[in-house]
Amino acid sequence: MTDLETQVLIIGGGATGTGLARDLALRGVQCILVEKEDINAGASGGNHGLLHSGARYVSNDPVSAEECRSEANLLRQLAPQCIENTGGLFVGVEGDDENYIADFPLLCSKCGIPIQEISREEAFDREPGISEKLIAAYLTEDGAIDPFKLSLENLAQAQSLGCIFLQHVKVIGFEIRKNRVETVHVLDTESGQQRLIKIDQVVNASGVWAAEVAALANIPIKMLYSKGSLLVTAHRLSHQVINRLRPPSDGDILVPGGTVSILGTTSVRVHSLDNVRPTVEEVDLIVDELAEVVPGLQEARYVRAYSGVRPLIQAQKSGDDRAVSRGFTVFDHTHDGLENFTTITGGKLTTYRLMAEKAADLVCKKIGISSPCLTLTEPLASVKKGKWTEPGLSPRVWLKEHASRKPILCECEMIPEDIIDDIVETIRNENGTSSFKAVAARSRMGKGLCQGTVCGMRVTSHLYEQGILHSDQGLVNIKEFLGERWKGERTVLWGEQLIQAGFKEALYCGLLDLEL
Amino acid sequence: MVIGMPNLDPLKCDLLVIGRGMAGMAAALFAANRGLSTVQVGMTGEIVFASGLLDLMGVYPIEEKKVWQDPWAAIDSVVGDLPDHPYAHLTKDEINASFVEVLSFLQKEGLTYCREEKYNSRMINPWGKTKVTYCVPKSMWSGVKALPKKPPCLIAGFRGLSDFSARQIVETLRHQWPKLRAAQIPFPDTSHVKEIFTGDILAQSLELSINRKKLIESLRKRVKDAEVIGLPAVLGMHHTDEIISELEEQIGVPVFEIPTPPVSVPGLRLNEAFIRGLSAKGVKQFPQNQVVKIRRVKGEEFVAIIGHKPVQHTLLTKGIILASGRFWGRGLYADRHRIRETIFDLPVYQPENRDKWHSDDLLESGGHAINLAGVEIDHLFRPLDSSGHPLFHTLFAAGSILAHHDWMRMKCGSGVSIASAYGAVKASLRLA
Ligand SMILES: Cc1cc2nc3c(=O)[nH]c(=O)nc-3n(C[C@H](O)[C@H](O)[C@H](O)COP(=O)(O)OP(=O)(O)OC[C@H]3O[C@@H](n4cnc5c(N)ncnc54)[C@H](O)[C@@H]3O)c2cc1C
Repeated sequence: MTDLETQVLIIGGGATGTGLARDLALRGVQCILVEKEDINAGASGGNHGLLHSGARYVSNDPVSAEECRSEANLLRQLAPQCIENTGGLFVGVEGDDENYIADFPLLCSKCGIPIQEISREEAFDREPGISEKLIAAYLTEDGAIDPFKLSLENLAQAQSLGCIFLQHVKVIGFEIRKNRVETVHVLDTESGQQRLIKIDQVVNASGVWAAEVAALANIPIKMLYSKGSLLVTAHRLSHQVINRLRPPSDGDILVPGGTVSILGTTSVRVHSLDNVRPTVEEVDLIVDELAEVVPGLQEARYVRAYSGVRPLIQAQKSGDDRAVSRGFTVFDHTHDGLENFTTITGGKLTTYRLMAEKAADLVCKKIGISSPCLTLTEPLASVKKGKWTEPGLSPRVWLKEHASRKPILCECEMIPEDIIDDIVETIRNENGTSSFKAVAARSRMGKGLCQGTVCGMRVTSHLYEQGILHSDQGLVNIKEFLGERWKGERTVLWGEQLIQAGFKEALYCGLLDLEL
Repeated sequence: MVIGMPNLDPLKCDLLVIGRGMAGMAAALFAANRGLSTVQVGMTGEIVFASGLLDLMGVYPIEEKKVWQDPWAAIDSVVGDLPDHPYAHLTKDEINASFVEVLSFLQKEGLTYCREEKYNSRMINPWGKTKVTYCVPKSMWSGVKALPKKPPCLIAGFRGLSDFSARQIVETLRHQWPKLRAAQIPFPDTSHVKEIFTGDILAQSLELSINRKKLIESLRKRVKDAEVIGLPAVLGMHHTDEIISELEEQIGVPVFEIPTPPVSVPGLRLNEAFIRGLSAKGVKQFPQNQVVKIRRVKGEEFVAIIGHKPVQHTLLTKGIILASGRFWGRGLYADRHRIRETIFDLPVYQPENRDKWHSDDLLESGGHAINLAGVEIDHLFRPLDSSGHPLFHTLFAAGSILAHHDWMRMKCGSGVSIASAYGAVKASLRLA
């Protein structure tokens, strides 16, 4: 059992944790980031990918609305490679609350959010798929953000500045002496090995798991869980983000993401964080609701659905004063009797940078470092690592480098052999195991129409030929990979996608006997 | 004259077979062999995705993963528990007779299959798992023979055939068969500039002797102590058995094929043998054509419109065998709420809602409920209406569209198709 030591231990490799690692690293603070699964295993990998203009929150949460507005502006300048500036359209249709529609412009201007009313004709011009029942349309500055690229690039820069990243490493306990955490117990979930990390400060950035992690240090955080589900179409169905012009509700938003569109979302109370999946009922609700705005969604082809869980922080006993805003919460647990323990949770992907900044400010104050936050001005460096997650990128690169092309392993997303090799190499350099799940998290592998049917087979064979897989590891890997895809597919299997799933089962069960 | 139908002299036949998968092909064969004038329509069926192996009955109960050495005993077991399984409508003699007829037809068409009549055979699949099946193309038989003895064996794959990895087979089987060895060899036909091949391209290339020569050379260099060689199933499209004999003579050890994922060459060979043999028997085939409209006219006859304008045909037929397959074959189609049969809108036995179609786990040991969905039939293979009576006197159904069997999990796909086609054709003769 090797012991590690660090100034700051960050728990959770989502947008907040990786953003915080970068922020601290830029201030010269030495840190270790531990993640129990892989990058973006939590809400950062299960969200809508909407860079909020803030317009959605103007009625019920103006603080969040303003945070979103200013952070989105910053990200557009500092991390343009992670963002598609699609623009947004808020659309009201017959039957929607006309008072809300009437109040909308004023509410936006109160939060400093620029909008522009447009005519029916212009709305149809911009988005031909919109319903004839349109009664109001406003342009906004919403956009699409690639959360995988964002986290991978934040992490890459942090690592280049000395931050250590440990994946598949879960925090399982704290050793507390007097009013301080002295050591953190972690478990390597792949090897089963336990380790101790000596720390000066701990930041709990574990998102919806924040209460569970805090409980390990006997700190109570009152939290409720709200599951949201999303649906991915086979093709991109709009140019812009389309948002239903009504108070936030289920099935309101259609976000384009590269070559696909994402529909969402729902809000369902859940009591456990295990086995969270979308249901058939949610899928039908989302399709029916959004089809009122974009009728073609009834006939569209869907490739998968997925879910994420939002943490809902309940008012703490000592009052609301520690809450920075209703959007996110920074807890200085000095108030709970632990001086060097901080929790940051809640918020949005859009505000991840601000959350990291606030948490880093507090930690720096505690360790007496006065360097200013640099993420406000320093652009996010673009690194190779994150680049294969962008939908539609591999086909573009592939077409450009046509001359030296390699065999395509994933035909839906046009991923050639050398890109897979590239990713496997990167993971190896991070001391990770090249499970398919890890490759899939870093590329578009398995995300297309066939949902891993063909690429699953080809990547397996390829990795054996490369000497990366041994004995029956391929079977273990493919089962895990297909199982992961299936979670997303199960609820959207009708029409063409059901035919596709039948082919998958015929191949993997009928021919390959994978179930036996 | 039928209102709304093209005003042409209709084609006439005794039997219209809808479907070109295994069941459609077998039905057309049985009908032609019995002197029925037969027309066959449909899109290329699941058959091109078939591995070329003919399963009869391999696994039951599926949740116990019980693999049967004796397929006939497995049939007794499944029929005992599931009285609506398609095999329940047939005797074992009939099932065997249906196989005998198909196998002798294929043999005449140059495609020889081997089987142990009473038992399943075990072979290696492209992922190095061993798999039971019933009839095996002769080109794979040496592999079946080698498996129990496990002699020193070379498995070779081709660079660029990315669906097949010799190393994967060897790695996966290593503990069971330590004397397996893998090699990856360049494909002998260098006229292709592409770096990636599909099986059918390779199979066509190996029809040329110059390419075979190079293949033989590179295998000779690598054979060493191997007593048998396994290669992906791409050894020619039309002359496989001759090609294998040539390799065996020149290299000096038995050579066998291993099935590949689709596009599967043995599946293509099967498809071609059927097309060739059926047209020789006078079956009129409308490949890549669908029935666009169908209705019953006077008495028990049907009028069918085949294909799309401008090339449309009108057909008057006494009977129909519906072998249009499942979702992939488009015999069934599902929207968000319900599964439909696409041609007659026959009642479809199905789980009550979409949430019940699939299990939470793809590889769920009990299988998915939707795979038992399909058309329910009487003992004469006639689809039933909602009150349990045959819908039409001379409409029959066969193959994977039938309810109450899960061919992927039970490993009974070809068997159900061939045997139910046999049952349907016999019933149509009885009722004619
Ligand atoms: C359905 C849904 C849709 C959303 N849509 C949007 C949107 O469109 N736009 C937007 O801006 N925001 C959106 N959000 C919000 C956004 O996704 C989250 O705010 C953001 O991703 C939170 O990031 P995080 O890093 O704080 O938490 P997470 O991403 O959840 O990261 C926490 C990490 O901690 C790890 N962890 C947990 N316990 C331990 C432990 N004991 N040891 C080690 N590691 C641990 C987890 O594995 C996880 O990776 C959405 C959220 C949901 C649920």
